[in-house]
Formats: sequence, structure tokens, C-alpha cells
Amino acid sequence: MMSDPRPLSPHLQIYRWQLTSVMSILHRASGIALALGAILLVSWLGAAADGPEPYAAFQHFMGSWFGLLLLFGWSAALFYHLCNGIRHLCWDTGRGLELKSVYASGWAVLAATAALTIIAWIAGLAGWSH
Amino acid sequence: MAVTRLRSPLRSPLGRAIGLGSAKEGVEHWWRQRVTAVALVPLVLWFVVVVIELAGADRAALVAWLHNPIPGMLMILLLVATFYHAALGLQVVIEDYVHSEWLKLVTITAMRLLCIVFVVRGVLAVLKLALGA
Repeated sequence: MMSDPRPLSPHLQIYRWQLTSVMSILHRASGIALALGAILLVSWLGAAADGPEPYAAFQHFMGSWFGLLLLFGWSAALFYHLCNGIRHLCWDTGRGLELKSVYASGWAVLAATAALTIIAWIAGLAGWSH
Repeated sequence: MAVTRLRSPLRSPLGRAIGLGSAKEGVEHWWRQRVTAVALVPLVLWFVVVVIELAGADRAALVAWLHNPIPGMLMILLLVATFYHAALGLQVVIEDYVHSEWLKLVTITAMRLLCIVFVVRGVLAVLKLALGA
């Protein structure tokens, strides 16, 4: 494809990391993770529909350290993609596109993701222990 | 003058009027991604609350809950919107990284079929539980 030896722009690793580009790629990564995580949602509903034994097996798996790790990653990805998605929807209306606002909303999204993930897990684990 | 003459003949007046561009679907993909995104905001927030409430609950509690008309309906809407949104997003990812045309076609088609399989499995499961089998 590249038969013409024209100069190319530097490769991605040349550039200094920035909040904006990292958050952009994280949005895509979390989206892919959530697409895979949606299979988990279907497995949960499917196991429940299949009967008590498949559901018990699913609950056993989700209660294991690996299942909980998956669930934690899934919840963090969900809150990130949700908050950053709302940021994208605001941009779509033409608002908040100045560099200063982009950074401010970026940090706000990261803070909201951390807060929502922690709150959800405290609430979930409190309910679980009852 | 020279600029307009260079710019305009590349596109027929009909093509410009239809406005579907080189992707031949205009802004349809972009718009569907936004519509499903907006729909998913309340659905996901509702789902998070539900999962927290159902944490550690047994199957009987889940079945009893899905017997209510609203949860079953919202769960089906969540499944459809999620997999629709996922298919649109994954399509863009595939288009960005897969450069061979036939491989792109095969990958996107396979991805869409998988999304349909999962959505059907999920909706059937909700219907079975909601309608009480």
C-alpha cells in the first residue's frame, strides 16, 4: 500500500501521553470490554432460565475471586463508558469543546467513575452480606 | 472560480442532493449510535440499581422480580439497546483496524450475527422467566 516513500508522521509512542488521548482510547477499550461483558449479562439471564442448577453454577463462578475480578472490571468499564459517553454527547451539541473544558470534563469523568464504582461496590457488598 | 470548478464536478448534483456520501449511508450509523447511547443512560442506571438490589439473591427472588411487567420489559429493552449499540461500536473498531475488504466484511458480518445470537438468547431467557415457565 505504501509504495511512495513520503515522510510519515511519527509513530504513536513518540508523543507524550495526554489525558485527552488516553481517555479517548480508554473509551474504545471499555466499549470492547463491555461488549464482552454483555455476554456475562446474557449468561446470567440464560442460566436463570435454564434452571436452578445452571444458575447455582453461574453464581458459584461469579462468587469466585475470578468472577468478582471480572465483575469489578466490568463495573469500572461500565461507569467509565457511561460518564465519558455523556461527555461525548455534550460535545455532540457543540458544548465544552475548548481545551480547558475538555480537560475539566475529563478529570470530572475520572472522578465520577471512581466514585460510582466505589459506591456501587459498597452498596452491593452490603446487600450481599445480609 | 477555479476552486469551485475543481470541487463541484467530482460529485453529481443528484449525489449531493441525496447526501449519503462515500459510505452510502450518510449519518445513519452515527445517529443510531447516539440514539442508542441516550436510551442506554437511564437503562444502565436502572440496571446498576437492580444488580445491587439482587446481589446475593437466589434464583427464586430473580424469577419473582422478573414476573413484574416493568422489570421484564426494561430488561428486554436493555438487551436490545446494549447489543445494538455494541454492534455499531464494534463495527467502527473493525473498520479502523481491518484493512482487507473481504476480511472486514466477514468480521463485521460475523460480529453482527453473534450480537443477534446473544440478544435472542437473552430475550428468550427473560420471556421464559417473566411468563413463568
